[in-house]
Amino acid sequence: MDLSIAQNWFFIIIALAMVMASLIVVTTRNVMHAALMLVGALAGSAALFVLLGAEFVAGVIVLVYIGAIIVLFLFGVMITRVEIGRSQSLDHERKWPAAVIAIGTFAVLAGSSVAFFGDEEIEGVAAVRTSDIGTAIFERFVVPFEVVSFVLLAALIGGIVLARRDDPES
Amino acid sequence: MTIAQFLVLSAALFSIGIYGVLVRRNAVLVLLSVELMLAAVNINFVAFGRYFADATAGGQMFALFIITVAAAEVGIGLAIVLLIFRNRASANIDELDVLKW
Amino acid sequence: MVTAALLGPAVLAAIDGAVERSDGGVLAAGAWLIVLVPFVAALAITLFGKRLPRHGAELAVAAVGFVALYGTALLLTTLFGDGIVHEGAVKIGEFGGFEIEWAWVVDGLSIMMFFVVGVVSTACFVYAVGYLEGDVRPTAFFASFTLFAGAMLMLVSAANLIQLLIGWELVGVSSYLLIGHYWEQKENSSAGMKAFLVNKIADIGLMIGIIIAGITVGSFTISKIMEKVVESDAALDDVAVIIAVLLFIGAMGKSAQFPFHVWLPDAMAGPTPVSALMHAATMVTAGVYLVARMFPLFEEMAHEALDVALVIGAITLVIAGLLAIVQDDIKRVLAYSTLSQLGYMVAALGAGAYTAGLFHLFTHAFFKSLLFLGAGSVIHAVHSNNMSDMGGLRKDMPRTFWTFMIGSAALAGLPIFSGFFSKDEILAAFREGDHTIVFLLGVATAFITALYMTRAISLTFFGRYKGDGHPHESPSIMVYPMIGLAGAAATAGFINIPGLTDWFYKLVTTRLVPAELLGEHATSFDWTALGLGVLAGVAGIALGYRLYYPDAATQQERDRLYIPGLWPVLENKYYIDDLYMNGIVNPIKGPVARFINWTNSYIIDFVVNVVGFATRSLGWVVYSGIDQRGIDLAINEAGAATGFAGSKLRYIQTGKVQQYAAALFGGAIVLVIGFWISVT
Repeated sequence: MDLSIAQNWFFIIIALAMVMASLIVVTTRNVMHAALMLVGALAGSAALFVLLGAEFVAGVIVLVYIGAIIVLFLFGVMITRVEIGRSQSLDHERKWPAAVIAIGTFAVLAGSSVAFFGDEEIEGVAAVRTSDIGTAIFERFVVPFEVVSFVLLAALIGGIVLARRDDPES
Repeated sequence: MTIAQFLVLSAALFSIGIYGVLVRRNAVLVLLSVELMLAAVNINFVAFGRYFADATAGGQMFALFIITVAAAEVGIGLAIVLLIFRNRASANIDELDVLKW
Repeated sequence: MVTAALLGPAVLAAIDGAVERSDGGVLAAGAWLIVLVPFVAALAITLFGKRLPRHGAELAVAAVGFVALYGTALLLTTLFGDGIVHEGAVKIGEFGGFEIEWAWVVDGLSIMMFFVVGVVSTACFVYAVGYLEGDVRPTAFFASFTLFAGAMLMLVSAANLIQLLIGWELVGVSSYLLIGHYWEQKENSSAGMKAFLVNKIADIGLMIGIIIAGITVGSFTISKIMEKVVESDAALDDVAVIIAVLLFIGAMGKSAQFPFHVWLPDAMAGPTPVSALMHAATMVTAGVYLVARMFPLFEEMAHEALDVALVIGAITLVIAGLLAIVQDDIKRVLAYSTLSQLGYMVAALGAGAYTAGLFHLFTHAFFKSLLFLGAGSVIHAVHSNNMSDMGGLRKDMPRTFWTFMIGSAALAGLPIFSGFFSKDEILAAFREGDHTIVFLLGVATAFITALYMTRAISLTFFGRYKGDGHPHESPSIMVYPMIGLAGAAATAGFINIPGLTDWFYKLVTTRLVPAELLGEHATSFDWTALGLGVLAGVAGIALGYRLYYPDAATQQERDRLYIPGLWPVLENKYYIDDLYMNGIVNPIKGPVARFINWTNSYIIDFVVNVVGFATRSLGWVVYSGIDQRGIDLAINEAGAATGFAGSKLRYIQTGKVQQYAAALFGGAIVLVIGFWISVT
């Protein structure tokens, strides 16, 4: 990594913040903190996308994830009455097998990507404009786009069916 | 910027997500950790899309699809959690062991 | 045939050969105002309506009044000029290869619809000002009502199918809002939802049809599709039947044709002006309009779809007519009568009689809105929808009575009233096309129509009053629209008398497509059809008079006409609603879920139990075999060890998902490492 490039400094700062935030997500004893730290991690990924010239995806992350999904989570937290303050029973007793597996996965993934790609640079291509994304959606990716819309519809109906209370009298 | 630095970051987030999935007892927190893993995958896709200089922005498209599917997943997931909570008055997934034997 | 590569009057003249058409000048170029003004008015009512002295009604009336004036101006210009054919467009953007534009078409067909929608809406809106006096939500009502008219105008002005679809769906949405206007009662909001959902199911057909047409032709513009029809394009010809049938399914939903007719009678839950407008000019005519707009496609390439339309229309016209006889709710009588008349229109189009179908649409719009407004006036006076609470109103409400009589005469097809000419032309078209059965059904329905209208008039206006309170004539603001519509209902037929006038024929065939693709216009009366039609009408009135006049006070007397076997079926609406409820809605709600549960607890558990039992038996056989034969201790021990291992290993199946996940990821790591080692 060439530390004389400003972008790399940005990357390091954002990456460290993201890793810190995600570690808090999986370790904190406070459910609210976990959800808010996930916002931080996702905001970091949005910043990375801007760095990579993917402005539209960054915008969608902010709108959909941070704007909608996290709110949904907060609802979930409140409805299922997890203790909102500090709580002891959020984790399992034994954590080391999980830690071993997580570190092993990291070693395998990171090791293989460094071994394979070495220090190949990302080409400096111009940022992808939203209009290009739009064209791509409606030309090359129009079928997956429609399929995904059906997935959302199915999820919508499924969510309603699962979550509604069946009144005995109706 | 090298491609590897994004991949390593993504690997880190993914592993942290796995740790969260394995170690958390509360179902809502498990879903939060799954979101972390999905975010890691998104970074991978966008970085690779950039690296291969795909003219039709394929990497970004897949990131968008993942976001959509993630939204669906959270919706359904939370609905299921809610249902379990209603039936068992608890959202701890280690108490859900009816799948055994 | 000349290859029409470009659109416009020049090409049109080349296709048509002789007829010169004007482009309509400023009047046609500004026709987008017809669509825009109602939408702007609806928005303005939503935003500022509550602060206005009449809660937004004045804006609504002004907007539709403007449309009526504009439509009339266009109508006069095209009738006394060369005939306007104009397509204007504003390009909005580009979506892949498809251009998105807001385009409006001004030709004879759309001008006719502008005129009808404008005039009938104005009457209904003015009437609604009086009817809604003291309503809970007048502002919301007038906003949705204006949107309703605007959506219909959007639909009829559309030059491309996408825009037509947008108007189509907006009509559906605003009808939902209007039908459920009194949503405090659950039946009303359910009726709105029923209308919306039934329409939506049919709309899927329309949507798929539009997509197929757009992709085949490469453009959603209707005139481009018509060009391909004129050229007999092979690619379009291959899929034309599919497209036509799918479009017709959409039309069946909006025009409430069997089996999608169930929503229309329930749509009576809305305020009466809504019913009047919905049944006359907007919404239900949309389907007929769609078929008429795409008529060359049906006629030239998809004759099978026209046959479907003929059959569906014929079924609808008879079954709905029969249902109207047994209703007690006066609005429901009219609703089933609308279904029946729509059946006439659709069957006429199906028989290839383009002009006859549209002519009936035109006349029906006037007399049916008149009848509904009259019914609303009666309901307003007696505060009940049921004819068993009415009677003797002729003395108390003379003006309502006389206008209602004119509307009924037109509906029953009595000579010189408008319905007479249009119904006669349809019956003649059935005979022309040798559709003898449909013709006989049409004549029979003319008889039924006269019968149920006589019944409705007898029960409502004659005899003695059976309701509470003291009914009195509605205020002038409600009566004047009815008088105006009565004038139109009485005289609208004169513009298309076979052999004498052909203004209407000329009007609706003033289109980009050559007139010979749009069916023919009868040049003389078909005396047989005319005679039978009038005879059936008079016979129906005579029978109705005999049975129901003077008015009957008790239920037994009202049920003097009772045919065992048929009547229970009619009173239950042929059990179609029950069929839908029990056949579609309830199974999804209950039995399917129960079935899955049953499958789970019986079949799957059974399989598991059988496997378990078989395994256990096998173990027992092996064990006893070993034991009985006294084989080696070693084998005995090995068996015991296996059993022991099994009894311990089963604890791996903990049922804890996270342990499974740990095994999954751990296994993945092991695999990757193994792969790595093996390649290096």
